[in-house]
Amino acid sequence: MAKTSSRRDFFIRVGQVSTASIVGGALWGHVLVESKANAFALRPPGALPEKDFLATCIKCGQCVDACPYETLSLTKVGEDGEIGVPHFTAREIPCYMCEDVPCARSCPTGALDREIEINDSRMGLAVLIDQEACIAFQGLRCEVCYRQCPLIDKALTINYRPQERTGKHAFFEPVVHSDVCTGCGMCEQVCILEESAIRILPHKLAQGKLGSNYRLGWKEKTKISNFKDSSPEKTKEERQQESNEMLNNALDSLNDMGTLYD
Amino acid sequence: MKRRSFLKASVAASAAAAVGMNLPKEADAALLDYAGQGEGWKWDKSVCRFCGTGCGIQVATKDGKIVSVKGDPQSPVNRGLNCVKGYFNAKILYGKDRLTQPLLRKTNGKFDKKGKFTPVSWDEAFEIMAEKAKKTLKEKGPTGLALFGSGQYTIDEGYAAAKLWKAGFRSNTIDPNARHCMASAVVGFYRVFGMDEPPGCYDDIEVTDTMILWGSNMAEMHPILWSRVTDRKLTSPDRTKIIVLSTYRHRSCDLADTEIIFKPSTDIAIFNFIAKYLIDKDYVNWDFVKKHTVFATSPNNIGYGLPKTDKREKEVILTEEEAIGMGMPEMAGKPWAQKPVGLLYQWAISQEDYTKALEPYTLDFVAKLAKGDEDEDLEEFKAKLVELAELYGEQSRKVVSFWTMGMNQHTRGTWVNELAYAVHLLMGKQSTPGNGAFSLTGQPSACGTAREVGVFSHRLPADKLVFVAPHRAKTEKIWKLPTGTLNPQPGAHAVKMMRDLQAGKLGFHWTMVANPFQTYANINGWIEAAREQDAFIVCSDPYPTISAKVADLILPTAMIYEKWGAYGNAERRTQHWREQVSPPGEAKGDLWQLMEFSKRFQLKEVWGKYDFKINLPVGKFDKMWKEQYGNTLPDVLPGAKEMGYSPEDTLFKVLFENEGKKYKYDANSEVANGHKNHIAEDMGFFAQKAIWEEYRLFGKGNGHDLASFDTYHKVRGLRWPVINGKETQWRYREGFDPYVKPGQGFNFYGPLQKAIYTGDLEDWDKSKPKVKLFTKKENGVIVDGKAKIFFHPYSAPPERPNDKYDLWLCTGRVLEHWHSGTMTRRVPELYRAVPHALVYLHPADATKRGLKRNDLVKVESIRGFVKARIETQGRNQPPKGLIFVPFFDEHVLINKLTLDQTCPLSKETDYKKCAVRITKA
Repeated sequence: MAKTSSRRDFFIRVGQVSTASIVGGALWGHVLVESKANAFALRPPGALPEKDFLATCIKCGQCVDACPYETLSLTKVGEDGEIGVPHFTAREIPCYMCEDVPCARSCPTGALDREIEINDSRMGLAVLIDQEACIAFQGLRCEVCYRQCPLIDKALTINYRPQERTGKHAFFEPVVHSDVCTGCGMCEQVCILEESAIRILPHKLAQGKLGSNYRLGWKEKTKISNFKDSSPEKTKEERQQESNEMLNNALDSLNDMGTLYD
Repeated sequence: MKRRSFLKASVAASAAAAVGMNLPKEADAALLDYAGQGEGWKWDKSVCRFCGTGCGIQVATKDGKIVSVKGDPQSPVNRGLNCVKGYFNAKILYGKDRLTQPLLRKTNGKFDKKGKFTPVSWDEAFEIMAEKAKKTLKEKGPTGLALFGSGQYTIDEGYAAAKLWKAGFRSNTIDPNARHCMASAVVGFYRVFGMDEPPGCYDDIEVTDTMILWGSNMAEMHPILWSRVTDRKLTSPDRTKIIVLSTYRHRSCDLADTEIIFKPSTDIAIFNFIAKYLIDKDYVNWDFVKKHTVFATSPNNIGYGLPKTDKREKEVILTEEEAIGMGMPEMAGKPWAQKPVGLLYQWAISQEDYTKALEPYTLDFVAKLAKGDEDEDLEEFKAKLVELAELYGEQSRKVVSFWTMGMNQHTRGTWVNELAYAVHLLMGKQSTPGNGAFSLTGQPSACGTAREVGVFSHRLPADKLVFVAPHRAKTEKIWKLPTGTLNPQPGAHAVKMMRDLQAGKLGFHWTMVANPFQTYANINGWIEAAREQDAFIVCSDPYPTISAKVADLILPTAMIYEKWGAYGNAERRTQHWREQVSPPGEAKGDLWQLMEFSKRFQLKEVWGKYDFKINLPVGKFDKMWKEQYGNTLPDVLPGAKEMGYSPEDTLFKVLFENEGKKYKYDANSEVANGHKNHIAEDMGFFAQKAIWEEYRLFGKGNGHDLASFDTYHKVRGLRWPVINGKETQWRYREGFDPYVKPGQGFNFYGPLQKAIYTGDLEDWDKSKPKVKLFTKKENGVIVDGKAKIFFHPYSAPPERPNDKYDLWLCTGRVLEHWHSGTMTRRVPELYRAVPHALVYLHPADATKRGLKRNDLVKVESIRGFVKARIETQGRNQPPKGLIFVPFFDEHVLINKLTLDQTCPLSKETDYKKCAVRITKA
């Protein structure tokens, strides 16, 4: 995997550098240059968008100290990601979603939003990434992630589906709702599989995006609009101008024969 | 970043090390080797170790270890599915702290109650056990010798335990943990039908169109059954209705069409409202009622099963609602005398009296009394009650009512069970496919073992009772005992056993397949009694539980797949399995332990005369015994000699070996199929089979018929009665139950209490003759048997929230853990899934006390306290004024808080209601 090999490369280079007897300062400089952003890193609640967060965080570690559960830690040398920046690993210790969000409140720079309400935080998004491994999707009664979700029935719900094979049981499939999920990681932590089937991913990696003009017909029921109070149309002159521009564009294209004959 | 050298207040710290035990670490439980993908794995069928659903599983072994488990696709119960506990059945055997040798408290090489646990040989363990048991028999008589068994005993273990205790030691001081689980259901069955266990079966789910849950969170407690309920709802969403009644919102509510949150104990009032509504609307099926039922009631002022010294057992102040509900509003606020009575005190009443008794239970009265969520609108709540009653009343609608501990663990548990049957019987919606009141059991063999075998202080196999002379006679005949061997006096039930231990009445207390010192209500005094009283405490367990810690001697025990066995589930399905792997170290099955112990006693040491106070619950039988034997258990050694026994014969020889020798164990036989049997190998005979074949003699021809031992090893369980190899789905119903003859329609042929006095709403009238609830008997089986429709009034629980302790406490389970967590907390995945017990409470109740989610709190009752973290938005969502705390966590010993109150009729503990308060820890 790319991640592993880049880490191996890093160690190799560190080795090369140290055998060349370069002084400590230069070595540290090399480390800083080599440490890259980790696309999978989960940040504390209220973190600014990743780029801004990395620019604003002064790596003071106060959020880490404030966390009562030892969820947070600063990236160390040898770990993926920029060194000294706070992050957490959900499978090991998730965010317990303290109501008073002590980590964010303690941030001196605003890299973490000090006013954040915990339920509004978006540390990442739970994704049931492997339905083939998830035993609930096989019809077994597990749903541990659902029952342990701190926002049960909101962030995680159950989709009930009849089980054709047995003819008398049902599937209980966990479903994540991105509008509520904070990415606290409790689901990932408690998953009973050897490797969790549900993972927290940064939103950028987890979410697709519908074209902004498009809607799902059964979700947003619309009435036939009243066109009488529509916004005023453009003036005749404006419309004429638009029309001319478009025609000119077309003509430009039509008249450009390019290499058509060659 | 600085490394903190101490553990911060992590969630894990709720452990608090209150009881000085270590958390099972992930590394402490062996991981199964799934490598090899099945190469060399050998599969066999078995059953799940956990709940009463009774799912079939298949087990794979390799090199003497279980390597995999899967749901059995051929099992009609689960068709290959499991819940997450069942999925991890294999791993329960492989915790890193399995007990592998007997451990005795010793100082300087000798037994010392204050000493430290020291490994000893089995020989030394049995030597001291026998010495203490013999001393107890001498000093305290048979009643001083106690055995606390289980609804998780295999059938053969429960049978051997009951036989050794009742026939061998002549002690009825034997009771299972099932007493805390379904005794109220049993008494309800006895009093209504005259015979234990549900008439219906799981197939009801697929044919009914209404399922009403009363105090049952099936979604978590019977996960695979709930999967069937869910399928029913999904495949017929418009017709199928699911109503959930509970004192708090839980996972089953998610699927419910309507959720009714009621105040603790007001379920009685809701049932009475339904009954009244059915009569008022003229929905009642009078043809059925007149032909197959009789109206009945029993005394109202029966106490609460508290210790005799508790003043509430003498008198309580009646609440306004209680006074109104009993038709005597003028008594509100006045003292009312209590007088505990036996369960036989019941009488028939007229239809007019029945209707009159229900009069106070109007919609207005019941809705105001029962509404459990103060934020819910009263009119909305009323509409729900009417909807509920309409569902029961709709003529063409099939209805199944399910319940578990919410109704059984209830200071009026017997009553509320009886009221559930009442509404079904009024409609004739009982004992037909898709219709019936269905009591679900919690434990895997509460039915199969505890109930059917009779591991109770008053029972003998197949619904026989110790105080009934003909029942004892039949038992003595099958067990080949001299007449007069069996003790007629019912022994101490589970709660009384602990009270007797505390009072110094017990000299010997043996726990098997249970963890009473974690799971009894109000454990404080019991733990102290076990450690301080001059009584010898033995605990058989595979793991170091709280109860093992409290013992003087710990016996290492083989677990489910390390022995042959059988369980019986909630739908009367009996399922057998074979030994899959050998137990570790010197661990041995409970059956082996019972039989080895019995080798230490000669007849002359146990079958002599005892002076003994006799006071039997039935006057006729009391008189009979006293005329024959006076206040003694007679010397039966002469009788034994006549039967060819020698006074030097051991109990082992007489009770187990004589019969057992007829059955040789052959690993190469068809039934054994190459499997080991560590017990048979040590004993020299096929003990499990011998016991099974003897046991089934009890039920033959009286509605409890079972198939042969070998048959069960070929099938995925059979529902009794099994006649000519055919199982029974619906009992008491013509066309399904072979005991109901053509033309009868229904025959509620249970034989117990089938002739009762008559009376009015006040009391029975013993001057009038009894009414007979059948016409005749054919081949000993009742014909035209009737069931009883009981009336009982609303009764308030003895302890209620007050100024100092302002919240209700309800306890229970979570899906991920089984009972006290002994097994499931040692499965790393399940431990990680739910590491600790949380306190579930309403967010407003937290805010009011200045608490935030995850805060560590002190939960306190007048009896004790625990510390745990709060959850305001989790799987259980109580209304204001009530909290829920599960009991699986040995670091949150919630039973330090609960009250040892019971249903006075069933003696089953009420774990669902006591008063507590919460403060920040």
